[in-house]
Amino acid sequence: MLAQNVIFGAIALAMAAAALRVVTTKNIVHAALYLVVVLAGVAALYILLAAEFTAVVQVLVYIGAIVVLFLFGIMLTRAPIGITSDLDNNQRGLALVVSLFLFGVLGAVLNDAYGSTKLASDNVIQKSADVGNSIFQDYVIPFEVISILLLAALIGAVVIARRD
Amino acid sequence: MYLNQFLLLAAFLFCVGVYGVLARKNGVLVLMSVELILNAVNVNLVAFGAFHNTVVGQVFALFVIAIAAAEVGVGLAIVLLIYRNKQSIDLSEVDLMKG
Repeated sequence: MLAQNVIFGAIALAMAAAALRVVTTKNIVHAALYLVVVLAGVAALYILLAAEFTAVVQVLVYIGAIVVLFLFGIMLTRAPIGITSDLDNNQRGLALVVSLFLFGVLGAVLNDAYGSTKLASDNVIQKSADVGNSIFQDYVIPFEVISILLLAALIGAVVIARRD
Repeated sequence: MYLNQFLLLAAFLFCVGVYGVLARKNGVLVLMSVELILNAVNVNLVAFGAFHNTVVGQVFALFVIAIAAAEVGVGLAIVLLIYRNKQSIDLSEVDLMKG
């Protein structure tokens, strides 16, 4: 029990610091690399919550595919590699106020609603087989809709980015 | 472990993502902040799934991951198109529809 909390604290600190660096760093490539830390932290949280399949998918899809896509996007748009001061617009103060206010409201509501709710200490590992059964029995129609959506996004991305 | 520690961490990630969307003007960095927001939602889904001892939270998180992949693909295509037309991805210059 204690070990879980210590691990959670370490992961949470690393994720929070890396997330702040993603939105404040002046080097756009470093932002992508800090994003990897956040995504890996989320995968570790999934492991901590005994959701093994989702953790593996998180690593495969996010770190394996999406971050690489971001790096390609950075290269193709010839973004300034290295430190540049031209990544933020002039509404940083306002954005800070909005996000702090949002965090205050969310934190207050969450403390009010779930302040003392504990997770079951004998967290049952949710097997990949159960996830598969759930997707292909109860949620098979949403699954098919997602397939159509991915196809549409694939064709859409090719059509939009094509040189004609 | 309390349920709230996961929810509060997710709320923090969400707010950092909101700050990034509002304060960044580079198109790729805005998309990265959107990814932060989507991940915060996924942490919530999986945490509530573990709390209620059901796999449905994971199933929904997987759906969100698939949609996030589609979103990044189309989003980066749009950013590339903006770059090709304006030679820059500064989103504060994309003001064609500003009144």
